[in-house]
Amino acid sequence: MTIDAADLKRMFDAITVAIEADKDRLCQLDGVIGDADHGIAMALGFGAVRDALASLDLATTEPTALLNTAAKSFLNAVGASSGPLYATAFMRAASTVKGKATLADADFNALFQAMAQGIKDRGKAEPGEKTMVDAWQPAAEAAAAANAAGKTLSESLEAALAAAERGAEATKDMIAQKGRSSRLGERSLGHLDPGAASAVTVIGAIRKSLS
Amino acid sequence: MQTKKIINDGNRAVDEMLEGILTAHPRHLRSADGSPRSIIARDGPRPGKVGLVIGGGSGHEPTFLGFVGKGLADAAAIGNVFASPPPDPILECAKAVSGGAGVLFMYGNYAGDVMNFDMAAEMAAMDDIEVRTVLTTDDVASAPRDQRHKRRGVAGNFFIFKAAGAACDRMLSFDECERIARKANDHTFTMGVALSPCSLPQTRRPNFEIGADEMEIGMGIHGEPGIARAKLGTADEITDEMLDKIFAEMAPKRGDKVAVLVNSLGSTPLMELYIMNRRIKHRLDAIGVSIHATWVGNYCTSLEMAGASVTLMHLDGELQTMLDHPCDCAMFRAG
Repeated sequence: MTIDAADLKRMFDAITVAIEADKDRLCQLDGVIGDADHGIAMALGFGAVRDALASLDLATTEPTALLNTAAKSFLNAVGASSGPLYATAFMRAASTVKGKATLADADFNALFQAMAQGIKDRGKAEPGEKTMVDAWQPAAEAAAAANAAGKTLSESLEAALAAAERGAEATKDMIAQKGRSSRLGERSLGHLDPGAASAVTVIGAIRKSLS
Repeated sequence: MQTKKIINDGNRAVDEMLEGILTAHPRHLRSADGSPRSIIARDGPRPGKVGLVIGGGSGHEPTFLGFVGKGLADAAAIGNVFASPPPDPILECAKAVSGGAGVLFMYGNYAGDVMNFDMAAEMAAMDDIEVRTVLTTDDVASAPRDQRHKRRGVAGNFFIFKAAGAACDRMLSFDECERIARKANDHTFTMGVALSPCSLPQTRRPNFEIGADEMEIGMGIHGEPGIARAKLGTADEITDEMLDKIFAEMAPKRGDKVAVLVNSLGSTPLMELYIMNRRIKHRLDAIGVSIHATWVGNYCTSLEMAGASVTLMHLDGELQTMLDHPCDCAMFRAG
């Protein structure tokens, strides 16, 4: 498929709706091992992205500009941890598709890889530390493998979502090493990481909107 | 069931609070042009002086913006409730207070704050403002002693910012201001205990559950779980438990001096804080440590959480001079 700025805007709108619907669950997950505001921050960030994208003229906006707008609006609305992490993801995505008016499957796959790498770099987190990287990294790897095997974007994103779900579920068996919950040590065991949980919601909305 | 709060709209709470604060303290505070979440001291920033920018999430008032003023912090960047400010308002603070001698960023050691302040420091460097960062890590409950760099910054912020702000106001060099800030952090130890939860204005739901007869020892100022759940003790038992942990770290010797901060996490009243303070005096007397100065009240809160923290700053001549240095802030005055 070919993805243009209007498709990307629809994708962000879909993420906003999905996160808003998931807000309370994310706050509850965060209340167990953090400070109970993750759903609020994510909803605030994507709400700001939706509003900022709504004011763009999509006919004259390239994907890079749209993604940079998303990054800046998310960051300035949120701060917190998720602000720099998702803003970096969108900025990296923006630079990956620079100069392109539309994106082919392979372009979107590269964009998706760049998002995951951006989150990992900004947070200086590795898989296994009970963070959103535990959902994003396996999702990126699954998408890359599917893309390399000649699968469609829809199939690649399906694989990414399944990997993200497995990765998020696995955070229950991890002891937090990063962020506020890391101070809990073993008391973080048994609980789903809220950042990984919201990553699944984001990736799920991306898959749904681009399939 | 939703908690009771005097608010209009949870999403507007921070901005409406700021409007009220600027109205109450026009002599001390202003917001930066075009950046309402950057609160700048009217008096204080000046050419040749190291600028001190503090900041973090809202919900801890009077931390951070109450400590903006001459002799203490030059500016505070304000985030959403319990959330770090984004880089832009931090950068605007740095620009507003830069006197050409460098800018110190000081804030509690939290992952989100570190990412946003680091991004702001990179942006400031592009504007030729040299930024150095000193993280506060006074919460002894938040990591073992050999991992002090992982600890959170909590109420001891007040002492650490006060000492650093004094160094800046005395026109010391960038190196000296940074050294004193780090030393102040190394000499400051806090322990907290929480009795009941707080609730965010946006959710109005208690952010953790705790039994009617329980307390959480070492709970963080955002409701992060602490090191242990225990039956609620008496004021003396609670104070002893906190001081035992602090003494074990601080290793005070007979004849030493400390500054004391007994801080409410929000809804615990002065009566209870002063009962704790009485016990602190008894315990310090027993080991021959004298109290140079005491502050009791709401200094670093967690919305309406019930509970308290005790902070001791282990003083030497230099830190004592910095604490005694006059300051005139919106919500705090000394000297």
